[in-house]
Amino acid sequence: MKLIGYSHKFGDNVSTDLIIPGRFFHLRSNLNELKLHLFEDVYPNFIEKINEGDFIVGGKNFGCGSSREHAPTIIKLAGIKAVLAKSFARIFFRNAINLGLLAIEADTDDIESGDKLIIDDEEGYIENERTGKKIGFTLLSPSIKKILLDGGLVEHIKKHKRIIL
Amino acid sequence: MGKTFVEKVFEDRLKREVSIGEFIEIEPDLALANDITAPLAIKEFKEIKRPLLHPEKIVLVEDHFVPNKDVRSANQAKILKDFAKEYKIKNYFQIGTGGVEHALLPEEGLVLPGDIVIGADSHTTTYGALSCFSTGVGSTDIAYFMATGKTWFKVPESIRFIFYGRLNKWVSGKDLILYVIGKIGVDGANYCSMEFSGETIKELTMSDRLTMSNMAIEGGGKSGIFEVDEKTLDYIKDKAKREYKIYRSDQDANYRNIYEFDCIKIEPQVACPPLPSNTKPAKELSHIKIDQAFIGSCTNGRLEDLKVSASILNGNKVHPDVRLIVIPATQKIYKEAVKEGLIDVFISSGGIVSCPTCGPCLGGHMGVLADYEVCISTTNRNFTGRMGSMKSEVYLANPAVVSASAILGRIAHPDEV
Repeated sequence: MKLIGYSHKFGDNVSTDLIIPGRFFHLRSNLNELKLHLFEDVYPNFIEKINEGDFIVGGKNFGCGSSREHAPTIIKLAGIKAVLAKSFARIFFRNAINLGLLAIEADTDDIESGDKLIIDDEEGYIENERTGKKIGFTLLSPSIKKILLDGGLVEHIKKHKRIIL
Repeated sequence: MGKTFVEKVFEDRLKREVSIGEFIEIEPDLALANDITAPLAIKEFKEIKRPLLHPEKIVLVEDHFVPNKDVRSANQAKILKDFAKEYKIKNYFQIGTGGVEHALLPEEGLVLPGDIVIGADSHTTTYGALSCFSTGVGSTDIAYFMATGKTWFKVPESIRFIFYGRLNKWVSGKDLILYVIGKIGVDGANYCSMEFSGETIKELTMSDRLTMSNMAIEGGGKSGIFEVDEKTLDYIKDKAKREYKIYRSDQDANYRNIYEFDCIKIEPQVACPPLPSNTKPAKELSHIKIDQAFIGSCTNGRLEDLKVSASILNGNKVHPDVRLIVIPATQKIYKEAVKEGLIDVFISSGGIVSCPTCGPCLGGHMGVLADYEVCISTTNRNFTGRMGSMKSEVYLANPAVVSASAILGRIAHPDEV
């Protein structure tokens, strides 16, 4: 499958506190309201800059800190189709898979905000229209991809009754 | 080639060999969630529409926003209480019976050597101090566990940290782990199982070990494992209510990396904002003025931490510009601290003492910071805005450094008091 969208670039060590600050915990039962605060402390009104199908691009250790699952949840709900980073903090990566949000580990150094990217998640490359370069990445294992394609762990288990590894 | 701790635990459960990077499905012994993460897990579990498989393996702790901060947090906490009642979950802890989850579970004997523990809280790594594989997961993982009794893992690589040499005065487990994170960075052990060993480790108390495993996640670690020794066995002997199993890494096990640290070179450490890896010796930061000092949390809210704090504060007054907040991590610790006269010391010095809660650590309540305020704290994270205002700053240190700083109104080495 090929995904086409625009990049929103962030730096290294983006914490789940920055993605969605702990102080909005009370909105957690109202995800549509919670998502309005996505990245609010870094970019006020960030939610208004997102178009359906865009990508969030981070540096090293994206999603570090608290295990709060609402971070990948609202990224997905905001219409982001994939998160790209040089590396992910493991709980964020795990939560993204469990919630059906594509998380790709790749060298994101040359990607800037506003770049148009084409992601081929079968061949394993990201094409940057601005630079004309292709960045390769390692494909997810087939078992993990299955959870992702089913839309996350809850949907996966409803469908298969167990994890298919 | 020998096997690491985590490989042995997984292989023993699955009765087959596992390889690094492989995805496995496994049955944990215990699953933990709190008043922030359990409501979502419960909602998702109900969506799966299956019976709760192992109520005896579920632990629910109200600790983050309790005593209920407002109506919304009260409603969150109530979800746990109702669920515990409906499904007869005996390990449900509300205020009065519990405390901060990662201080509570070891104290209650709920986590034991060789266990596999998942918790919807990143600091679930804490129980590695008892030589069990415990790691943070998401709420969905807990929902999945409730419905199936299982979870998935990627078999991690391991990194070994060997400590030798004598510990300097005032240097604790907190300083060792801050020093490690300062060396490897906040993602230095990402996806990896950290193993702590060496002659100095044998000298550390269980409290110090729990602090180190607690902060393994701040170096990205999936777990932070200590080997079982006499101190571990002594700690669990009156607490363990079931069988447990001891695993040890082989001498020729395969490690991604091995680090060695000469402890004589390690001074009391302070992690400067905004990352736990921005470490400096406390002595180099005496120009940093503080507005608040916090002693508590799953990292350093145990009795031993309160004792060392009281030993410094005894007979001294908290600086007029500083608010000192002390929070014993569990009800048992609180009671013991009262009995030993520690609470009297804190109050006499001008500090306040609150009932167990995670509150200030995550900027929740009971000690939120204003714009441009600076806090020195025994907690585990100093990310921007962690304890309140995005314009506030948090410095992390051991309880002795925090206590000395509270007295002098600036970051201080305990020897200065």
